[in-house]
Amino acid sequence: MALAFPFSAIAGQDEMKRAIVIAAVDPGIGGVLVFGDRGTGKSTAVRALAALLPPMRMVDDCRYRCDPANTARLCDECQARLQTGPLPAHMGPVAVVDLPLGASEDRVVGALDLERALSRGEKAFEPGLLARANRGFLYVDEVNLLEDHIVDLLIDVAASGENVVERDGLSIRHPARFVLVGSGNPEEGELRPQLLDRFGLSVEVKTPMDLPTRIDIVRRRDAFERDPEAFIALYAEQDAALRAGILAARARIGAVDVPDAVLEQASQLCINLGTDGLRAELTLMRAARALAAFEGAGTVTQAHLRQIAAPSLRHRLRRNVLDDAGSTTRVDRAVAELFPA
Amino acid sequence: MSQAAADNALVALLFAVDPAGLGGVALRGRPGPVRDAFLALLRACLDPAAPVRRMPLNIAEGRLVGGLDIAATLRAGRPIAERGLLAQTDGGVVLVAMAERLPATIAAQLCATLDTGTVLTARDGIVSQSPARIGVVALDEGEDNTEPGADSGAGAGAGAGAGAGGDERPSPALLDRLAFRLNLSAGFDDDALEYDLDAVTQARTRLADITADDATLAALSATALALGVWSLRATLLALRVARAAAALAGRSAVAPPDAAIAARLVLAPRATRVPAAEEATPEQSPAPDDPPPDEAPPDEAAPNDQTPEPEAGDEPDDLPPEFPMGEIILSAAISAIPSGLLALLKTDLARSAGARSQGKSGALKKSGKRGRPAGIRRGAPGPNARLNLVETLRAAAPWQRLRASEAPQAGTQAPTKGCIQVRFDDFHVSRFRERTETTTIFAVDASGSAAATRLAEAKGAVELLLAECYIRRDTVAVVSFRGTTAEILLPPTRSLVRAKRSLSGLPGGGGTPLAAGLDAAEALAASVQRRGGTPVIVVLTDGKSNVGRNGLGGRAIAEAEALQSAAAIRRQNRAVLLVDTSTRPSPLAQALAASMSARYLPLPYVDAVRLTQAVQSLTPKSR
Repeated sequence: MALAFPFSAIAGQDEMKRAIVIAAVDPGIGGVLVFGDRGTGKSTAVRALAALLPPMRMVDDCRYRCDPANTARLCDECQARLQTGPLPAHMGPVAVVDLPLGASEDRVVGALDLERALSRGEKAFEPGLLARANRGFLYVDEVNLLEDHIVDLLIDVAASGENVVERDGLSIRHPARFVLVGSGNPEEGELRPQLLDRFGLSVEVKTPMDLPTRIDIVRRRDAFERDPEAFIALYAEQDAALRAGILAARARIGAVDVPDAVLEQASQLCINLGTDGLRAELTLMRAARALAAFEGAGTVTQAHLRQIAAPSLRHRLRRNVLDDAGSTTRVDRAVAELFPA
Repeated sequence: MSQAAADNALVALLFAVDPAGLGGVALRGRPGPVRDAFLALLRACLDPAAPVRRMPLNIAEGRLVGGLDIAATLRAGRPIAERGLLAQTDGGVVLVAMAERLPATIAAQLCATLDTGTVLTARDGIVSQSPARIGVVALDEGEDNTEPGADSGAGAGAGAGAGAGGDERPSPALLDRLAFRLNLSAGFDDDALEYDLDAVTQARTRLADITADDATLAALSATALALGVWSLRATLLALRVARAAAALAGRSAVAPPDAAIAARLVLAPRATRVPAAEEATPEQSPAPDDPPPDEAPPDEAAPNDQTPEPEAGDEPDDLPPEFPMGEIILSAAISAIPSGLLALLKTDLARSAGARSQGKSGALKKSGKRGRPAGIRRGAPGPNARLNLVETLRAAAPWQRLRASEAPQAGTQAPTKGCIQVRFDDFHVSRFRERTETTTIFAVDASGSAAATRLAEAKGAVELLLAECYIRRDTVAVVSFRGTTAEILLPPTRSLVRAKRSLSGLPGGGGTPLAAGLDAAEALAASVQRRGGTPVIVVLTDGKSNVGRNGLGGRAIAEAEALQSAAAIRRQNRAVLLVDTSTRPSPLAQALAASMSARYLPLPYVDAVRLTQAVQSLTPKSR
């Protein structure tokens, strides 16, 4: 893989960076959707994520990178091995798997291993991209251009956390819990509401309009392209600090207190906006908690809610297609009404 | 003119210096000697070892990104990967033929490759990543009617018709990543070039050492802002072009002339606004004041990016005061902007923005031969089903040992050892889905007679239909006619907000050039159909025509011409709905509907449900 632009070196786009960090702190929030203008560093930020993620423990020789500490979610092979003794494990990098646009269905879900079938006559399962993304991140660039039948697959697996393969005479299920990260440009097509709902946070990025920021962005990008190693070294310290922050936040998140008053405010906000279902409240709460943990706060406050309201809710509003005012405006308005500054 | 012709030649050299870094060239123009001359010069300047591959429009995705090499796989008995065209062209240049018709997924694949310099394959059981540092030459043969006088507002029916076909251009996402946009109609003149091929070769080796100071960067950034070039990629590309220009000129650092070249070649063609009153205050900062209101209102200012809101207040102050270079560069860029741009900016932008939005959805029909893959099923290949070899082998694979041990049946030849035995039951065929996207074209009569009666209600009806189109994910287009001409208010787009905006801003009044309106709608429908879509025309009129195609009054002639136009629509067998906007059902509108075999709905009796049903009944169902 070509060297990735360092995360800390991305100038501006604070909302996007915050959302990605929150998704890294609490993968349970359910992924990030980054929609916006061309040339704003959407895919740069996601590709930078891989270098940022702290390594995790995984079972040796497990194709699904099972977590030895979480016996309830082991794959079938690890379950069987667990009967004979403790699972050997090692630390390894978190996968950030790219789902390319042209990927075929068999590559996404996995299929019969053709080589072993042809040469040895064995019926073996060859895991697909969903297996590789287990416990990691699955990144779809131009997610709005993804084929419908692949989208259907993703929606199903993202909801159940399990990939069920029934094809080629195979009948296999394996864990596939991943953080779905998508990016795209809304002008090229909109996203199905069902898929939209699978993303925990949604971020809108805009081209920065002030000259100093623009100069800064181009300068950094140019410096990176001319000498990637030196540029990465320049930001290694900041990236390391960010990584430590994510780890610390993960350790702290269980202890973060959510006062009833804040819960009530979150629910009120969702009611005022008329979001469908309870997923909005849940995401808002979890995201606020992750943000509080990342900032080192012991309790979730209104300020956290305020910061995270737009990315948690803007894609869950019942859409009036002819409403000129964007969803962000509606969320901001509701926040301003509920929490007068 | 000669400047532009010389620039076209200069681009070939600059691009050859750093093909992968500069992304590529969008070459607008028909095939011909000019295009050949450009490509020949480019080929001569490129590193002789660099591969140059031509990519046809209908390339299969497997060939593009790589996949299973079926012949080698069968020979070896194990999967053998084959590199795709992108990986094979690593270090070279891909020529994209007919780039204006490139499918969105192929364009997205090219964009991803340009971004990462690698190509990721995940198909046919193969996962691999190969380097693919490519430059792209997008050969754009789209209709070029952005010349002054040819835009849709200028001509009557015929002019509008030409405008309808003119929104074919390469995907904006791809254009954004290509440094240069050339229009070959300016000609090609390589006599004026100061450089020879050796200079290009030397520049290539020297490129890595060329430095660019902050002043250059600041100047290019400021110029980009001043011209309303929002994408930051453009600035970055301009910086690289400046470097290439410096390398070509034998300099070790970027000098103002290099930056001026970059601004002229990269930024000027992307300008969405022209800085006003620059000549009057040359000592002032180079950034403009507010964009002139009559040229590019903020909501239409960005052809490529989502509508940004330029905050006029903070632009001029942000510039460092010591900025002599900015002026030079900006004036260089401005001088390169064609003189007709000001007048064209509005119509051109309205046409290009979102005009090529081409996502999925729309009415889909199953197809055995063409279209996007939609899964695989067991079955025998035939004239309407293509064999899927990989799946067939997969189905056969588990049985090989069993079949090999079976005694050969009487009358069949004993299989050779090592052969894969495939039985009829193993056959799998690919299923495809053909995209027949529905485009609903609204032809709205905004004349005085219609305005007086029920233009507002007609608008309301159209909005209802728009909401319906969103659910079915159709694209919509709006043609309006009043006064003497018809005009395409909105080219086919999926952005309903834009459709709504264009409608609500629709002024009423003037005569009724019904024939021109129908001609424009039909021309647009034809262009939709050429692109593989299914057009549906919804005409909202009271049927009272009083302006002929020539723009002159005369009820009798106008009505006769309208009926002629209607008959032309019927000859094309279009699905048409005529909504009669007069106060009570008028015989004129009924006659018109009959002459184009349209469904007729008088507005007084139309409610939301009926209108919706009427349009739905016209739309082909997915089979």
